[in-house]
This record gives sequence, C-alpha cells and structure tokens, in this order.
Amino acid sequence: MKHIDEYRRPDSIKGLVAKINEISTKPATIMEVCGTHTVSISKNGLRQLLPRTISLISGPGCPVCVTGGSDIDTAIAYAQQKDVILATFGDMMKVPGSYQSLGDAKASGADVQVVYSTLDALDLAVKNPDKKVIFYGVGFETTAPTVALSILEAKRRGLKNYFVYSVHKVVPPAVAALISLGELKLDGFLCPGHVSAIIGSRPYEFIARDHGIPCVIAGFEPADILMAIYLIVKQVEESSPKVEIAYGRGVKEEGSQRALEVMDKVFETAPGDWRGIGVIDGTALAIRGEYGDFDITKVMSVEVPEAREIKGCECGEILRGVKLPFECKLFGKACTPRNPVGPCMVSSEGSCAAYYRYEGMGILNDG
Amino acid sequence: MVKAKDDFINLGHGSGGKLSAELLGEVFLPAFKNTILNHLDDSAVFEHHDGKLAFTTDTYVIDPIFFKGGDIGRLAVCGTVNDLAMSGATPKYLSVAFLIESGFPIKDLERIVASMAEAAHEAGVKIVTGDTKVVEAGSADKIFINTAGVGFIDEGINISSSQAKVKDLVIVSGSIGDHGISIMSEREGLHFETDIASDCAPLGGLVKKMLAASKNIKVLRDPTRGGVATVLSEIAAKSNVGICLEEANIPIKDQVKGACELLGLDPLYVANEGKLLAIVPKSDAKAVLEAMRTTIEGRDAAIIGEVVETPKKKVFMRTPFGTARLIDLLVGEQLPRIC
Repeated sequence: MKHIDEYRRPDSIKGLVAKINEISTKPATIMEVCGTHTVSISKNGLRQLLPRTISLISGPGCPVCVTGGSDIDTAIAYAQQKDVILATFGDMMKVPGSYQSLGDAKASGADVQVVYSTLDALDLAVKNPDKKVIFYGVGFETTAPTVALSILEAKRRGLKNYFVYSVHKVVPPAVAALISLGELKLDGFLCPGHVSAIIGSRPYEFIARDHGIPCVIAGFEPADILMAIYLIVKQVEESSPKVEIAYGRGVKEEGSQRALEVMDKVFETAPGDWRGIGVIDGTALAIRGEYGDFDITKVMSVEVPEAREIKGCECGEILRGVKLPFECKLFGKACTPRNPVGPCMVSSEGSCAAYYRYEGMGILNDG
Repeated sequence: MVKAKDDFINLGHGSGGKLSAELLGEVFLPAFKNTILNHLDDSAVFEHHDGKLAFTTDTYVIDPIFFKGGDIGRLAVCGTVNDLAMSGATPKYLSVAFLIESGFPIKDLERIVASMAEAAHEAGVKIVTGDTKVVEAGSADKIFINTAGVGFIDEGINISSSQAKVKDLVIVSGSIGDHGISIMSEREGLHFETDIASDCAPLGGLVKKMLAASKNIKVLRDPTRGGVATVLSEIAAKSNVGICLEEANIPIKDQVKGACELLGLDPLYVANEGKLLAIVPKSDAKAVLEAMRTTIEGRDAAIIGEVVETPKKKVFMRTPFGTARLIDLLVGEQLPRIC
C-alpha cells in the first residue's frame, strides 16, 4: 500500500500538472487505449487538472466492450447446448448480445458459471466429467497467456472435456486500424500498462514511425498517467514522435518472453470482430490446429441467429473515440449502470460506466 | 450440558415439545436470564415509558458464521441495538428468533448464544422474548437469526436522515471497511492474509455520550451494507442537499486499503458493523467530536466532510490533489452476502 501511495502523493501530482501546463501550447488529443486508464482518469478526476489544450478520449480498450455482438450470440448458443457448462469472467454476464445476454440465457436455463481464473474452469471440467466445460476466452494480451496455459495444462492432464471459445484480441493492429479509419486527428496514445507488460514496447513502434503519433506506455496511478501525458505533450511540442515507457516498474522493451512464447505456441492471429469497428485482419487470437481438440469451434457447431445492432446505442462511436460518452443520446437517460443498453455502460472498465459513475453528467468538470 | 445423543440440532428441537424445552432450559435461559424473560409467558411484559419509543427489526444471515472480531450472534445483537441507537434511542429490550438447519452442532449454538449474551450485556439491553424453528437440512444455511428491539427516546431528541442542512459537518466514528474486509478475507476462495478484525460493536453508549454533548445532532446512521457511500447518498437524497467528502480525512486502516486495492473494491462501499456517521451543526461539531473520542468505539472519530448546496442529492469527494469525483450508489453489491 505504501508503494501505491507514492504515486498518489499530492506534491508529485501538482508538480507534474505544473510541468504539463508549462510546456503545453499546441492542442493535443490523446487517446487512452486501455479501459483501466479510463477508469483511473475518471476516478481521480484527472481531466479537471489538465490545461484546455489537452483532451483525453477513450479508445477501444475494454475487452468486454469491443467483443462483437455475434461473438456473444455464439457464446450464448454454446451455453444453450445440452451437457455444456459455459465458464466466463463475471464481467461478460450482463453484456448485451443481439437478442439477450449470457445472464439472460442463464436465467432461462443455460448452465453459465462465473469463474475468477482459468484454473477454476479447469476444476469445473475435472468435477463434471459428463459435461463439456467451455471457457469463454475474452481479453487482450494480458489474459491470453493464462488461457493458453490452461489449454497446455488440460492437454498435460489428458482432460477431454475442457474447451475454449477464444475471442481474444490483440491491441496494436487495432490501434493501426483506428488510425487508418481517419475519423479522428489523434496526437498521442496513452498505451496500456498491463498489455505492454506482456508485449513490450516494440509492437507500437510503427505507430510513431509510420503515422507520426507519440506513444507512451503508462501505469495506472494518477502520477503514472500524468507522467505519461507530460511525455506525450513534450513529444507533441517538439514534433518528435516516438515510443516511450513511463511505467518502468511494470514494462520492459522486450515484454515477457515466457508469456509471449506460451501465447505463440497455442494461438495464431485471425480476423477479429470489434464492436463499432468491424472485422480487422490479424487482431484475434485463434487456437492453432495442433490444439484443435480444445477449440470448441472445431469440435461443436452451433446455429447462431443473425446478429443485429442495438437500437440507438452509440458504443461503436464511443469505442472509436469519435464521441464522448456524454454525447450519446442515451447516456444517463435510457442507459445507466442500472439499466445498461450498450456494453460500455455494463463493464466496470467501460468508458460510459466510468464517466457516469465518477463524473456524473459532467457536473464536476464545469465548476 | 445437553446430553451427548443430542450433539446436533434436529427437527424435534423446534417442535415445541420435550427437546424444545431442553434447549430452552439448558442453552437459552442460562445465557439470557433476566427478570422479564424468566416468566416465560407468551409475551414479554415490561414497564411503560413516557416519551417516544423506537422499534426496529432485522434478520441476520452471514457466511462464515464465526469470523475474526465476532459471529452471527454478536452481529444480531449489535445490528439491532445500533439501529435503535441511530434513532437517538436508548436500546432497552430485544426479541430473538432462531431459524436453524437440522444437523447444526449444539456446541456452535451455545457459542453463538454466549456471544449474544455478552453483546447484550455490553449494550445494556435485555433479551426478553424469543423463538426457535428448525428446518430440514438443506432448507436453510446453518443458522439465521432475527432480532427486534425496543428503545426509549429522551425528550428533545429528534434524529432523521432528512434533516441535513447546508454547512453541517459529517463525522465518522472511526476507520471504515473493517467488517467487510474481515469477512471477505475469511471467506473461502479469497486467499489473502490480514489480521483485520470485524468492528462489530454496540454503539448505544457512544450515541449517549454524543447526545449529552449536543442535542442538536441532526442525523445518525450506521453504515452497514453498502458502506459509507450508500448511507451518505441516502442522506443527501432525503435531505435534498449535496455532501462533499475530503478523501484525506477519511480514516482507513492500511490493511483495509491494501486488501481493497487487491480485490478491486472501494472501501467507501464496504460494510461496517461498529461505526456510525453523524451530521452535526458546525457550531456543535467540536464538542461532539471530543465526546466521541473519549469512548473506545469513537476514539478515531474524524470530521470527513460537509453538507453543501449543490449538486443536490449527490455525494462527491475531493481528492488530496484537488480534483473531485462523484460517489454514486452501487448497482448490486461489490460481493454478495456479507451481512
């Protein structure tokens, strides 16, 4: 705890804010790619500290939110099969698919169980030998290695009833896709700390080199984020885009070799369906043929109803950074954490949930 | 001692017959005995009070039933005593009803009953009537306890959540989140070590000292389920005011902060069982705070915020570095069933 307090000390925070104010002259739009950053920015009220030159917008950084509606529909279809237990992280339960959520499916009889780790899912498979246990693998490079390990472990133990439905996604190519959509003029990326602990800083280099946009990897405490914003603003002012690590205690340039090896052993890249963006090549992690026995899409086929959009929901625009949560017509009215319409209001990492919960309708930012 | 063949509660213990009488005579009466209960009539009969009465009830279900700093019995006494105290009442009499799953160990029941007797003694209340029901194994989870309580309110005391006024100050009686974190750390599946004990305690004595220092206390609430954030949100809504908290002034133990960090919880929403929040006119705050600090339950009391004009019906918190964030009501619980 003392360790964390270091990054919340008022004097270091005030010092960083003063430094940002001192150097910032050009308008800069900075996108935080990671949902945990969005939450920390809202929770700590960091927007209130920054000069008017700087705007922070949220990107496609909440794995729950970017999971395509059809992927959720497919998971529900698996959960509804006979003798299947679908194991999922709790965050996915309330996310709306085209017609219903996993929670709705559970209420009408599907066996959906919340687990806290892939180990729990493996345990479920051991305890229920007559059932097919399917782990719903949602997440970025941070969770993918643990899911890969669970497949290796299932193979080692000779488990025949453990499967994964992988809709894992990788971050850097999605950032590239967002840039090439050309909807936004972005001046900097606040790059995710946890994802980067796995992949390192090199996968972002093309963004700085080919697109001329600064990238700084940040931790999650207020001082971490402000330090990263300072470094981005400095690069903007000096017109010298590069990749920097402002989270040295968590991230190495080369990432985590062990995690990358495990991921590469089990997964290969495939086209991924991103809510609000669409299908992007090379952004999903599919299970390699060698481990096909654990890939539920190879073992069981299900009929999935045709996907449809959620009416009026602007999560897509919000995930692309084109709109702020406050700008969605449903925000805080038809769509609240109690009655969420879109995934960004459901997930604890979702930008709408973070803005609503900590910033209200923006009432604290005006005063 | 109950005979060896009856080491466990069975359906007969709730039948009203011989086994019920044994349980009453050998477990409940020796622990709870007092002149009113000892009559064993259909109702407890006690002396009249001239002024206003406070009357409340609550049912206690908790897993685990024994935890660091307390157990379900202590909780069932303190919870109801505290609800009475939060109305400005002096808690006087409790009823207690047990709903027990068949197969429950009698020695555990004896332990719970002894703990209730001790808590009642601490709180200065008498347990004057009661009931026991036994249900088949699987129809309930071990033991549930309902208590109801009556308290007497002195003249001139008027406490209600709708009375907070702009410029009043918010006082908390001590560090927050201890109970919830203690329960979570003992619960199966959350493997982390902490020596945090539940703060479960009767607060009647503390309230008495506070009311002696000022009869102008506007609001008293114990932030149990939903924690400080939920209770203050309710007060803000009922009084049609805003409440501004100062993060730096809120007492939270380092271990609780650490555990919350690890579990992704916000201590403002974690349950307490031996703490209270008071809203007091600015002019009386110092006297009330000093009175609180002379007690064991209130020795770490602190002023943590003030009532403001806007935003109405909202609670917000100023961070140590000068920003503010909303403290909204939670949708659902952070973790299920902690009290």
